[in-house]
Amino acid sequence: MTATHPDPAMSLEPDTFTPESDIARDMARRLLVASPVFVVTCGIFWGANGVSSSGFALGLVALNFLAAAGLMTWGARISPEALMGAVMFGYILRLAVITIAVLLVKDFDWVDIVPLGLTLAVAHLGVLIWETRHVSGSLAYPGLKPAPKKSSFASDQEAERP
Amino acid sequence: MLELLAQADQSVDGLKAVGAGLGYGLAAIGPGIGIGIVVASAIEAMARQPEAAGTARTTMFLGIAFTEALALIGFVVFILLNFA
Repeated sequence: MTATHPDPAMSLEPDTFTPESDIARDMARRLLVASPVFVVTCGIFWGANGVSSSGFALGLVALNFLAAAGLMTWGARISPEALMGAVMFGYILRLAVITIAVLLVKDFDWVDIVPLGLTLAVAHLGVLIWETRHVSGSLAYPGLKPAPKKSSFASDQEAERP
Repeated sequence: MLELLAQADQSVDGLKAVGAGLGYGLAAIGPGIGIGIVVASAIEAMARQPEAAGTARTTMFLGIAFTEALALIGFVVFILLNFA
């Protein structure tokens, strides 16, 4: 245990236990799978600007999920109080970063604000719903593992067994 | 007369910007409260049942992402009203 909380009962999990990061990585993978649908749809309706705006929005969504998971894992490693702080300040920080990123690029030639906004909202919700369906089916295995992973120690013991 | 119309047009644009800004701000307050409740409940669950921390953290992460979607929708409405 690496948690620094004074009460051992309140300490969280070891460093290797990061269900948020597993989910965020899985969501980024799903976003990659779904990205052609968003890019092609925006390309059909808004042309080349739609394609680039949609790609930018998809990148923002993926970064948002990964940053959220990273902050949460970092907070959980320290203490429950740090987890609460990381989530709340992380929310404000990530919202500010998305706002600044969009406001910075809105006047560029390659940006069309409508596909950018629509992709931002639809991709976020769509990937989330997709992931939730998957997690609902595998809640018995937190971290989205299809089967419990055997540690090398356990497999050694099993090998020694007659 | 044309000056008056131009002034009215400008004030409509200004009111639209104020409305969009207020809407974004209000849309961010609700998810802030919601995320606070989600995390507080998850930490309570982890404290009561440390062996279920994995399930609690998985559900917490998804709950936070769903709640945050409301703020993102508010942001999208803000940029569409202001810049589209």
